[in-house]
Amino acid sequence: MALYEHTFLARQDISAQQAEALAEQFKGVLEENGGSVGKVENWGLRTAAYRIQKNRKCHYIHMNVDAPAAALAEMERQMRIHEDILRYMTIRVEEHEEGPSAIMKKSDRDDRPRRDRDDRPPRDSKPEASGE
Amino acid sequence: MAIASTSGGRRPFNRRKKSCPFSGPNAPKIDYKDTKLLQRYVSERGKIVPSRISAVSQKKQRELAQAVKRARFLGLLPYVIG
Repeated sequence: MALYEHTFLARQDISAQQAEALAEQFKGVLEENGGSVGKVENWGLRTAAYRIQKNRKCHYIHMNVDAPAAALAEMERQMRIHEDILRYMTIRVEEHEEGPSAIMKKSDRDDRPRRDRDDRPPRDSKPEASGE
Repeated sequence: MAIASTSGGRRPFNRRKKSCPFSGPNAPKIDYKDTKLLQRYVSERGKIVPSRISAVSQKKQRELAQAVKRARFLGLLPYVIG
């Protein structure tokens, strides 16, 4: 079996419980087809960077999956049919990362100045769009 | 004797040697979920900054571009700003 990271976006009008239920439902699909789901992260209702099918915000669910390709294909097929799912992305990874992902860490302490690269000033002098 | 390493002596001072921010020991890992990190490598318009400006190595630039594109698809980063 192969390791995957799977993220999907659900419609903004559904409740947080419904989003959780969706995660459970698709987790069930994977398990039926011989896969297993490790960590499931609910990133909550986040504002998307652009409108996705008229939704400004989306429920983001992210999960670490260990499943055969057929199970993933079945889940993706059902996601395409499901009306509350806006978008999904599955990525094959070599190994799953432990602990909360970067998104979760950020939402904990949002404006803590991250000085992990001290040798480098913040790139204020980004190239402006010169030819407008 | 300092060799003018950049652009044939047009600049009077020696520029600091650039080094890839993703190489070396405690370099951050490129991850499409880490929007804060990726944000530093896109321009104000939302374009990916070329590696000759950001000094990212070729190999890491490919990884970075992939990560930015994934983040865009999920709506974590914008395709265009403004």
